[in-house]
Amino acid sequence: MLTKRIIPCLDIKDGRTVKGVNFVELRDAGDPVALAKLYSAQGADELVFLDITATVDKRKTLAKLVTEVAKEITIPFTVGGGITSLEDVQVLLAAGADKISINSAAVNQPSLINEMAKAFGSQCVVVAIDTRRVAGIDWVHTHGGRKSTILQTKSWAMELADRGAGEILLTSMDHDGTKGGFALDLTAGISESLSIPVIASGGAGSMLHFKEVFTSGKADAALAASIFHFKEIGIPELKMYLS
Amino acid sequence: MKVVLIQYNSGNVQSVLYALERLGVEAELTDDQEKILSADRVIFPGQGEASSAMSYLKNRNLDKVIREIKQPFLGVCLGLQLLCAHSEENDTDCLGIFPIKVKRFIPAAWEKVPHVGWNKIKNIKENPLLNHLPDVRYLYYVHSYYAELGEHTLATTSYIQDFTAILNRDNFWAVQAHPEKSSILGEKLLENFLALPST
Repeated sequence: MLTKRIIPCLDIKDGRTVKGVNFVELRDAGDPVALAKLYSAQGADELVFLDITATVDKRKTLAKLVTEVAKEITIPFTVGGGITSLEDVQVLLAAGADKISINSAAVNQPSLINEMAKAFGSQCVVVAIDTRRVAGIDWVHTHGGRKSTILQTKSWAMELADRGAGEILLTSMDHDGTKGGFALDLTAGISESLSIPVIASGGAGSMLHFKEVFTSGKADAALAASIFHFKEIGIPELKMYLS
Repeated sequence: MKVVLIQYNSGNVQSVLYALERLGVEAELTDDQEKILSADRVIFPGQGEASSAMSYLKNRNLDKVIREIKQPFLGVCLGLQLLCAHSEENDTDCLGIFPIKVKRFIPAAWEKVPHVGWNKIKNIKENPLLNHLPDVRYLYYVHSYYAELGEHTLATTSYIQDFTAILNRDNFWAVQAHPEKSSILGEKLLENFLALPST
């Protein structure tokens, strides 16, 4: 049986791990390579690195970090943040990333998803969706959740799958940083309408929240950051609890 | 020991090099025919799309070179699929080392495609590649196509249906999962591959 994946997310800013509460307030949570190694040894199923301040001149730093991580860990990892072209993707895959996550670029230039899938295969294409509920409707947001779009979340997710995305990383902006649990109905609605895996993100605060998102939330994987970085939940205990 | 990785238009190569490095082996990434044919171990990594990978190999005569290799050879992921007879991915004729077909997973009710994550290997046959495996039998998979079962199947994995997880015929071995990303079991498979007797 395929196991449900537990994915610690490392938000990277200037080469350090940070975690924003509602994507605004940032706290230092340590050295990314050390954290990656620790999570890998503890039995994390996968890792995600998001460079939240990626700009053109920072890409080299990110590629270097990717190489350091790839040398140290024995589990797969995804890299995202400010990726806008096939060239960016190529550089990060060559540096040792297994999958590439794109977010704003997918909204601005949806054909990039088709091109990535064609060039590197769907398995390395993770499309992140930041979504916020306004008057009962789920809208896609970009730029770390700051900009709203005219895209509705479910139809956008379906379009991404059609274009060749291999996985959807779904972050509920309303839940992110609250530790009140994942957005279960949102996640289930998206997951049930897609034939590709959905990674739920935003709101993890307890072990029960993970159980919920894998059962009623129908998620294929669950991502969290600060609860792991600040050792509120240990990965070995969480995996034992879920098994 | 001289270990080479066949260089073609495949992703994920760097991870394999790093995994070998962790086992103390400096492998060389090359598309040079002489180097490939004279190596003690040849690894054929893979991630990508079957038809473009096959045309890339053919354009560089690597399809013929691979068939001539006599030393222990390991195909990984797409590398396994390319060693089969045919792939449904863009209707591609492959290398034909293993006389089986590669098919696309058809999504089932709760089983999505691609098959992504940690899954168990089972029905494990006796083989030097599978000696002294740790108790944890999970490997990391990421793929949308699978090889059907055949006489050369050494182990299977269940997803939507049973498919071939590991293959062996003569000096050719192949693994559908990513041993370079599969923690201790993956490491053991690579270690066993490096320890196979040379011909």
